[in-house]
Amino acid sequence: MEGGGLGLEITELRLGLPGATAVVTGKSEKKRAFSDLTDGDDDRKAAAPVAKSQVVGWPPVCSYRRKNATAEGSKSRCMKVSMDGAIYLRKIDLSLHKGYSELVTAVEKLFECYGLGEGLKDEERGERNKLIYEDKDGDWMLVGDVPWKMFIESCKRLRVMKRSEAKDLGLSKERDFLRGTFQLKDC
Amino acid sequence: MNYFPDEVIEHVFDYVTSHQDRNSISLVCKSWYRIERLSRQRVFIGNCYSISPDKVIERFPAIRSLSLKGKPHFADFNLVPYDWGGHVYPWIVAMAKSKVNLEELRLKRMVVSDESLELISSSFANFTSLVLVSCEGFTTNGLKAVAANCSLLRELDLQENEVEDHRSQWLNHFPESSTSLVTLNFSCLKGEINLAALERLVARSPNLKTLRVNRAVTLDSLQKILSWAPQLMDLGVGSFIHDPDSETFYKLKNTIVQCKSIKSLSGFLEVAPYCLPAIYPVCSNLTSLNLSYALGIPASELIKLIRHCKRLQRLWILDCIGDKGLEVVASNCKDLQELRVFPSDPFGAGNTVVTEEGLVAISFGCKKLNSLLYFCHQMTNTALITVANNCPNFVRFRLCILDPTKADPLTQQPLDEGFGAIVQSCKGLKRLSLSGLLTDKVFLYIGMYAEQLEMLSVAFAGNSDKGMIYVLNGCKKLRKLEVRDSPFGDAALLADPGKYETMRSLWMSSCEVTLGACKALARKMPMLNVEIIDDSELTVDEALCGGAPVAVTADGDDKQKVEKMYLYRTLAGPRNDAPEFVCTL
Repeated sequence: MEGGGLGLEITELRLGLPGATAVVTGKSEKKRAFSDLTDGDDDRKAAAPVAKSQVVGWPPVCSYRRKNATAEGSKSRCMKVSMDGAIYLRKIDLSLHKGYSELVTAVEKLFECYGLGEGLKDEERGERNKLIYEDKDGDWMLVGDVPWKMFIESCKRLRVMKRSEAKDLGLSKERDFLRGTFQLKDC
Repeated sequence: MNYFPDEVIEHVFDYVTSHQDRNSISLVCKSWYRIERLSRQRVFIGNCYSISPDKVIERFPAIRSLSLKGKPHFADFNLVPYDWGGHVYPWIVAMAKSKVNLEELRLKRMVVSDESLELISSSFANFTSLVLVSCEGFTTNGLKAVAANCSLLRELDLQENEVEDHRSQWLNHFPESSTSLVTLNFSCLKGEINLAALERLVARSPNLKTLRVNRAVTLDSLQKILSWAPQLMDLGVGSFIHDPDSETFYKLKNTIVQCKSIKSLSGFLEVAPYCLPAIYPVCSNLTSLNLSYALGIPASELIKLIRHCKRLQRLWILDCIGDKGLEVVASNCKDLQELRVFPSDPFGAGNTVVTEEGLVAISFGCKKLNSLLYFCHQMTNTALITVANNCPNFVRFRLCILDPTKADPLTQQPLDEGFGAIVQSCKGLKRLSLSGLLTDKVFLYIGMYAEQLEMLSVAFAGNSDKGMIYVLNGCKKLRKLEVRDSPFGDAALLADPGKYETMRSLWMSSCEVTLGACKALARKMPMLNVEIIDDSELTVDEALCGGAPVAVTADGDDKQKVEKMYLYRTLAGPRNDAPEFVCTL
């Protein structure tokens, strides 16, 4: 059933994944944003339409509450990142990244040092640089060993290190991170 | 006309406290107008741009308590650009200059600079109460001035403000002689607090009844504070994480048992669920519980907690409590009057946690319910009709279906009938927010039945101008109408220009209103400020950050659609602090 510009777009059937429709940028698109999203979407279990979060001010949760509801602990995890040989420290916000690959890409961009990703995956091969971090106990660890969520909680700062030095430091690969602490339930 | 001397009449007027009543008696005759205005101490101004500070001071020279509201409500949702206005500074300057004996200041959605706070603290020797709600523009430096200089301060209440932390150690600046605090709420502050200074401050404040701390206050500090203040009635917890086997935790449990006066609990900005049992002893006295900022508590723990709270009148909670959890609320909390259920994951898929079922359960169990804010994934007409029948006492009814144009999933029908039942049944309804698939019909019902309605919020609703016209014609007590993304245009806007002088304000964004119609309205009604805000150049990301858009003028093509319009009645004329992107027609 064709709409004909009478606002009947809301009933138009469309094939494709929810959220695959237009990302809102211009004002004329804003109005139609929700008509795009409601295509045949009466299945309670439908996947989250990505474009929903693009509409300003919806859902009407006040901005103070919104800011407090993001990321667990609602703290931005701003970390200093140093690189051997670089004069200036940079900063990176871990809470803005969803996982290791995003983090590595961000660090690579900051320092324009590519090849970190390879360093993570395989200790033997890889380029010259490795990404390491200092944890709450003051130990230097290889980035990538622990689950991401645990990493965010325990990371104090990051360092891009030359591979040769990393070996010398004898970075501990595994440690018992339950040692001496009670484990917070994963809520 | 007057059989009594003025002093007697004034004494009688002292018993008349509500703003509306005082406004009414001032209209009776000239003599009463004069007596009333000279004796009025408390003034409430719902729109800071509706009148100039000088006029207020001139009319009410004895003013001691001022309440002001600034930005329109939709500013809460990032729809109003950052620099729109709402500055309190001119008000402080005017009152300082006129040597007003200001004691209390309550501000909502205003821009408050450190300069303003410093001026308050240095201009008003009897200043006792500062309440800031959803404000911004100040830092902990401003708070430092208030703490240091307002020697009679009884109330410092900061609710949901954006405050920059400048590591000012502001709490340390309450002098040792400061012992008069009754309310201290700094839960919205992000930075660190000198815990020892806080403990000392609490220890020397025997009248402290309300204390709401921020996340920086740890559980063991809380324990010490509570041991100094067992008289507390309202407690906002900061961080509530500790080893439950530790001595500190044991001490805390014992201390809490001593706090027999706590009626209101909030905060838990950081919480480990296994620590919650420590508060069970105070639950049986609680009338107010706000866990809406307590992330990470699973439904099972929430339910266990609620079972202890039989006297709750107000509950603010996250939707992770689920429909089952709401059933427990319904069976336990028979005195419940106000319920707010917030989304824990506003953009999430639908780990569908709260639906119409939870609300229906509540309506069967909590017959005294009069105020609701409910975020859910879906709603049905049947459910709304049931709720309307069970709970005819609603004064505030705000429903937010996360997908705002979602139909009734059972029938695929709009929710017109459901909301119609609400307005028909709840004869005292003053505030209503709509969502879901809605046609002009719902507005017909609202116009017909919602006789006491004062505020209506509309989003993505209606088919034509008729919808808005039904409301403007029918709701005689309407004060605020805010509309977004709805097909109301020029015919609706211009249907009854005189109506807007009986209202505080009208907001319309992403509707069908044109520049020409706005200009026509402004020409016809000189007592209105018709502001147009043009931020269509912004990308969505910038809009979300409240970025500054381009300048806008009235010179555009009359046929072009106006993205955002805000109009309000005023005695002050066009404001002189409007930024570039706001044009008053």
